[in-house]
Amino acid sequence: MNAETQSSPGVNDTPMIELRRLTKAFGSKYALRGVDLRVMPGESLVIFGPNGAGKTTLIRILSSLSRPSSGTVHIGGLNLATHADGIRRYLGVVSHAPLLYDSLTAEENLRFFAGLYSVPNAEPRIAAMLEQVGLTSRRHDLVRTYSRGMVQRLAIARALLHDPAVLLLDEPDTGLDPQAAEMLHGLLVALSAGGGAEEQGSKGAKGQRSSEAGEQGSGGAEERRSKGAEEQWSSGDGTQHGTRNTQHAISTIQPRRTIVTVTHSLERGLAIADRVVILAGGRIAYEADARGMTAADFRPLYDQYVGGGR
Amino acid sequence: MRFWRAAAAIIWKDIRAELRTKDIFSSMFVFALLSVIVFNFAFELRVPSMTMVAPGIIWVAISFAGILGLNRAFVIEQDKGSLAGLLLAPVDRAAIYFGKMLGNLIFILVVEAILLPLVMIFFNLSLFTWPHLLVLFLGSFGFAAVGTIFSAIAVNTRAREVMLPILLFPVLLPVLIAGVKMTGALLDGDAFSTLGNWLQLMVLYDAVFTVVAYLTFGFVMEE
Amino acid sequence: MTRSDRTLTVLTVISALGIFAAVLMALLVAPDAAGLTVDNTFAQRIIYFHVPSAWLSMLAFGVTMIASIAYLVKSQRRWDSVALSSAEIGLVFTIAAMASGSIWAKPAWNTWWTWDPRLTTYTILFLLYVAYFMLRSAMEDPARRARFAAVYGIFAFISVPITFMSIRWWRTIHPVLIDVTQGFGLSPSMMASFFFCLAAFTLFYVVLLMHRYRLELLREQVEALKEEAGY
Repeated sequence: MNAETQSSPGVNDTPMIELRRLTKAFGSKYALRGVDLRVMPGESLVIFGPNGAGKTTLIRILSSLSRPSSGTVHIGGLNLATHADGIRRYLGVVSHAPLLYDSLTAEENLRFFAGLYSVPNAEPRIAAMLEQVGLTSRRHDLVRTYSRGMVQRLAIARALLHDPAVLLLDEPDTGLDPQAAEMLHGLLVALSAGGGAEEQGSKGAKGQRSSEAGEQGSGGAEERRSKGAEEQWSSGDGTQHGTRNTQHAISTIQPRRTIVTVTHSLERGLAIADRVVILAGGRIAYEADARGMTAADFRPLYDQYVGGGR
Repeated sequence: MRFWRAAAAIIWKDIRAELRTKDIFSSMFVFALLSVIVFNFAFELRVPSMTMVAPGIIWVAISFAGILGLNRAFVIEQDKGSLAGLLLAPVDRAAIYFGKMLGNLIFILVVEAILLPLVMIFFNLSLFTWPHLLVLFLGSFGFAAVGTIFSAIAVNTRAREVMLPILLFPVLLPVLIAGVKMTGALLDGDAFSTLGNWLQLMVLYDAVFTVVAYLTFGFVMEE
Repeated sequence: MTRSDRTLTVLTVISALGIFAAVLMALLVAPDAAGLTVDNTFAQRIIYFHVPSAWLSMLAFGVTMIASIAYLVKSQRRWDSVALSSAEIGLVFTIAAMASGSIWAKPAWNTWWTWDPRLTTYTILFLLYVAYFMLRSAMEDPARRARFAAVYGIFAFISVPITFMSIRWWRTIHPVLIDVTQGFGLSPSMMASFFFCLAAFTLFYVVLLMHRYRLELLREQVEALKEEAGY
């Protein structure tokens, strides 16, 4: 059943994320004004924009932390307003706030969240994630002792622990020095891509870092994903309304994760983007296919809206 | 079942984190102890017997310490942004409520467990009886039930922690009145059976407000 | 004038007339209470204002709770406006009731205040609603403010009967210094005036609520316009 839906083209017609006339106001101040956006399954969308453009608000609404003032949000074909709990198990979020517990060790943090997300085979999964982010040696140390770079790495491990179909990133490289930011970026690229090595290769220089790590990461991740999804499928958990319905895109196995990234870094953003969007003044100012676009192409437009990019 | 497992996971997490830092517990305990001592000086020379004011002192000390604990619990989550981590997870908001509430309850009970013997020594009173422990438990439960949701509200206001006592004390009054009454009656040597009405009141309070908190906590958590 | 404006104006006029008539009935038409000293006879007439005020404050807070629940269920801003308006009016009536009670108490019992169960609970009620407004003023985001206020409004109102019960039982163990219920006995002819006043005050409350609600809506419109104009 799962293999069929995986290859059937019909599923891919449903956008993974769909925003219709999304508006968010704080009193009479509008953070988002009627945003329409669609992200297809497996697509990687990068959002640029000046400060105050509403990017963080957008991510907060997508991650179900914030309720829109008007408009609708559909993730995997399900309405976020009514199916929030069901959708949450398929969302992974990396934000500039760590969302982790200082007084617990890395392992305890991951174990806690593995419990909340009902991750099957938690212990091996936790060990594998720690390995992939390079924190195995520090796993018994309190998060309080971590450097900012390490905290963000653990945050990525946390976000990917339950193998989410949708990954949301809100300026994860904030507060990191350039070297740490590069490392983080490479890690994200390796862990976020799915499918085989050939898909990574087709992105050209974008797949960088070590493609072996990428292969290992994605191959293993995909294997785990199919096992995990099957187990979730068969575990009689009636509380997730959407999970049993094969028509909903979010619960079928996706060959690749759908990723939405907010970033200030033009180069890094373009390196991972299938599509780019510029958000300004609460509206989408520009939207385009990014495949094959270079930083040089894009810079004038970027500077015009965002100004003084890195 | 997942509901209670999630709540239990949250309780364990809070206890484990607290055991490491002992931040919340130590400040609660010290504050309670200081309150008792200050009240002792405040009343001693004007009151014929400390037994008369002991019930009030105990419950006020517990209330002040409790408020301190409630505040710290949510402020810490808020500042580090870790509450968002909880909210992102596919966990019923009400499970988060029970997890936090029972965790707070445990902290308060632990403080009471240590405070009580000290009060007994200071005032030469006998308070460690089963009836009295029941009274303390019921009172603390009500305190935690309402205090948890109110501290979640307070932490999100401009006045932050200062808002909690303003919101909490008027609503908490029945618990304080019943608590002081029952502690006093037990100290006076009244039989437990005479406390029937007050016990019912406390149980009613606990039940009603736990239900209301369960129903409304989700609204407090959303942005 | 729109239809609702016209209705409001008509109601306002009727209410004003009602209050005027109520004052007349209370001060002139109602018979003297039996068995009181000369001083107290006139003061007793305050009951026609005092009791309706007290009842209305309770009604107002009840309306606030219902509007709070409605807001949480429906997420429509106007329910929050109703809750706020009613709470404000309720607070005013609370102060009016406490003040009128005090004015009566001095000649009747030779004290401005007593900690009997009803007054004590009433003080708590007053504190609850002051807290409600303090909470509202400490929040900036209107949607969140409305939600928090709604939750607190529900807790606050539900706590009132429980608090009353606890204070009632609390006092029965101690000697009751003054029996508040004494002097409440109303003869049938007094009843007529009493209920008329009650009705007039209730209409007054409704009219005030409508005006205040309208004011709140206008205030929000002004805020929105200011925001757009860049203030």
